Amino acid sequence: MRIPPSILTLLAGMALVLFGLWVGQNVNLLPVDASANAPVYDELFRVLFSIGSILFIGIVGLILYSLVRFRRRAGESGDGAAIEGNLPLEILWTAIPAVVVLFVGIYSYDIYDRMGGMTPLNDHSMHGMQHSEERTWGGISPVALKADGAIAPLPVDVTAMQFAFIFHYPDSDITSGELHVPVGQPIALQMKAIDVIHAFWVPQFRLKQDVIPGQPTLLSFTPTRAGQYPIVCAELCGPYHGGMRSTVIVEEPESFAAWVAKNSPNPPAESHTVVQS
Amino acid sequence: MTLSLNPSESLQPQGWLRYLSFSTDHKVIGLQYIVCGFLFYLIGGALAGAIRTELVTPLSDFLPRETYNEVLTLHGTVMIFLWIVPVVNGGFGNYLIPFYVGARDMAFPRLNAVAFWLIPPAGILLISSYFITGAAQSGWTAYPPLSITTPATGQIIWILSVLLLGGSSIFGGINFIATILKLRRPGLGLMQLPMYCWAMLGTSILVVLSTPVLAGTLVLLSFDIIAHTGFFNPALGGNAVVYQHLFWFYSHPAVYIMVLPAFGLVSEILPVHARKPLFGYTTMVYSIMAIVFLGLIVWAHHMFTSGTPPWMRLFFTIATAFIAVPTGIKFFNWLATLWGGKISLNTAMLFCCGFIVNFVFGGITGVALAQVPFDIHVHDTYFVVGHFHYIVYGGTVFVIFASIYHWYPKVTGRMLNEPLGQLHFWLTFVGFNLCFAPQHWLGLNGMPRRVAEYDPQFTLINQFSSAGALLMAISTFPFLINVVMSAFNGAPAGDNPWNALTPEWLTSSPPPVENWHGEPPLVHEPYGYGVAPGQLSLEASSGRDLWNLGQGDQR
Repeated sequence: MRIPPSILTLLAGMALVLFGLWVGQNVNLLPVDASANAPVYDELFRVLFSIGSILFIGIVGLILYSLVRFRRRAGESGDGAAIEGNLPLEILWTAIPAVVVLFVGIYSYDIYDRMGGMTPLNDHSMHGMQHSEERTWGGISPVALKADGAIAPLPVDVTAMQFAFIFHYPDSDITSGELHVPVGQPIALQMKAIDVIHAFWVPQFRLKQDVIPGQPTLLSFTPTRAGQYPIVCAELCGPYHGGMRSTVIVEEPESFAAWVAKNSPNPPAESHTVVQS
Repeated sequence: MTLSLNPSESLQPQGWLRYLSFSTDHKVIGLQYIVCGFLFYLIGGALAGAIRTELVTPLSDFLPRETYNEVLTLHGTVMIFLWIVPVVNGGFGNYLIPFYVGARDMAFPRLNAVAFWLIPPAGILLISSYFITGAAQSGWTAYPPLSITTPATGQIIWILSVLLLGGSSIFGGINFIATILKLRRPGLGLMQLPMYCWAMLGTSILVVLSTPVLAGTLVLLSFDIIAHTGFFNPALGGNAVVYQHLFWFYSHPAVYIMVLPAFGLVSEILPVHARKPLFGYTTMVYSIMAIVFLGLIVWAHHMFTSGTPPWMRLFFTIATAFIAVPTGIKFFNWLATLWGGKISLNTAMLFCCGFIVNFVFGGITGVALAQVPFDIHVHDTYFVVGHFHYIVYGGTVFVIFASIYHWYPKVTGRMLNEPLGQLHFWLTFVGFNLCFAPQHWLGLNGMPRRVAEYDPQFTLINQFSSAGALLMAISTFPFLINVVMSAFNGAPAGDNPWNALTPEWLTSSPPPVENWHGEPPLVHEPYGYGVAPGQLSLEASSGRDLWNLGQGDQR
């Protein structure tokens, strides 16, 4: 019995969608997730990966099918069908991408909001760690993350320079070349650059923020997985740009407290406030 | 009435010397652009080879670090400003547009020659800076304060060179707009033009609107460097982000300046080899204009990590993602053009299909990159490098090769060798994907762009990428051999080897000076494939009438 082409097309389309969804859910291209917003990011990534796989495989399949099915056979001459266009069809493939794109845009806005990216940064009543009255730029605000628990953010001053990041903990007056942070506590990085533009990037946190001279910038995140992850400068900053790397060490609150106690120049007074968790 | 001059009366040099002269013949200028651009492509390719050689190992051990940054700056600048933009606009635009509008030359032939002759000095200036004092080290984006603090001579030469090339581009843009709008043969309507004219009209609007902004920005940057003003220097109270806004106001449209003409060229090549009319002419035209409009209001998606305010991120996300809609229309229309055709799978067609596959991939990653939360992870990483090369190499450069295979018979009167062409395609296609597909994974997993050294866990994938680059380098040889050998030994092509209907095929190969012996033909229906011979009437009052005539006959 001959199966009508419309049924075959429908089946092929369903198989394609299922395969795309499977690819998006099961092919993992990302590094381990180690911050509170990384799983949110990965959710967006899987959706985009699914949609992208469906579109790409579908279009490549159509091309290959056309090239085989409609190829010029030996000895064949003459032209194809004189079809100039088809308005309903063209409206259809304008409308479908428009809807998909609109959906993706709204969805990613929601994701960004959940990551704290849409929260105003200069509302001083919302976060108390703001040192000065100067404007703070960009970044991800800790406000949205605050709701997760009642833990106050741990402030860290970050200075980016050619070709290093310097981390200073104002509470315990520790200065370090590596970033030590406790699991589960929001971290508020107050970042500034002193020479050229750098960018603070931790791939496992799915976070990146340019650090621009003249623009103090806030970046907040909550580490969720203990381990050592690279801090990478992602903006061309000079000859040693590729070597401008550091490490973020995410550790259990106890070992972080021990690290603070060991390194702080004035341990008794300050370590208490930091290790409140 | 015929206007063609007797060649002996021409003051232009004859023979191959024409191509080294200040010729005002649009076909000579077009070829000057293409050959000159290709020489710079070889230089830019050698620079890319140096980058991929450095990245074979995770250590910075092949080039000195400063030299590596000079090389990556030159690679980007040469490929964009000296290869893709001039060839896809000035090269094919000059060669084809006068044919398409039924003119004997461009509107301003001398301005046209000036526009071309700005390019070789600008290119030589740029390359020579490497040998004199060291080239610019701040990337093709030249972000301050880095561009202010790196050695000044190289940066100033870079600015001068880009200003000259921008001037050339603006002259070309004005010339195309004037030619398309004002030099059409009487009786030829705008909606009867081949699609490449629309693509070039859109592109030229972008060139004329946005290039002056880049020029002004670079002049201010040069003041910051040589006169120590503080426009973009935070140490003197300037604002580095303002530079980024101004730079991307040109440089995002620059992507469309590189791909829109390629879209136009594909729209010319596909119908000929698929033997079918271009599907959806009207929606194609509107989608080009939509891309032009949207292309001007998306620039800040390059700055999602630069501390832009949230509302700005939201606006630019939506605007950027929406470019996928008109772009998608074009791709679906090309697929519909192929559907039901009689497709000759020759090299030109293969490169066009390679273009569609690569560009769809780059477009999908592009929509993902438009999403702020997605972008803040992969911005300035190898993911973006991969995406960008899928757009400009997998997209535009594939189309440049398709165009060379398609129009070589017209330009030289001889056919290119088909097996060598297919070898060229497969080497390029495999090499390109092997080179750039793995880079997406590198970016997702933590490798930033523009680095000479990297985390050793990425070594193997980088070696795959470098192997792909080597294949791409090798693929140039069959192409060069083919182009040179066929010029002397290729099979004679005749005037119209593809049986194409666009006007350039209705004259001799190679075409005479001033394009036609006698009156230029009036081509109302450049894509009238599938219409029985004799039904194509030049007397028909409109393309639509002509079309209905042909369709009635088919049924």
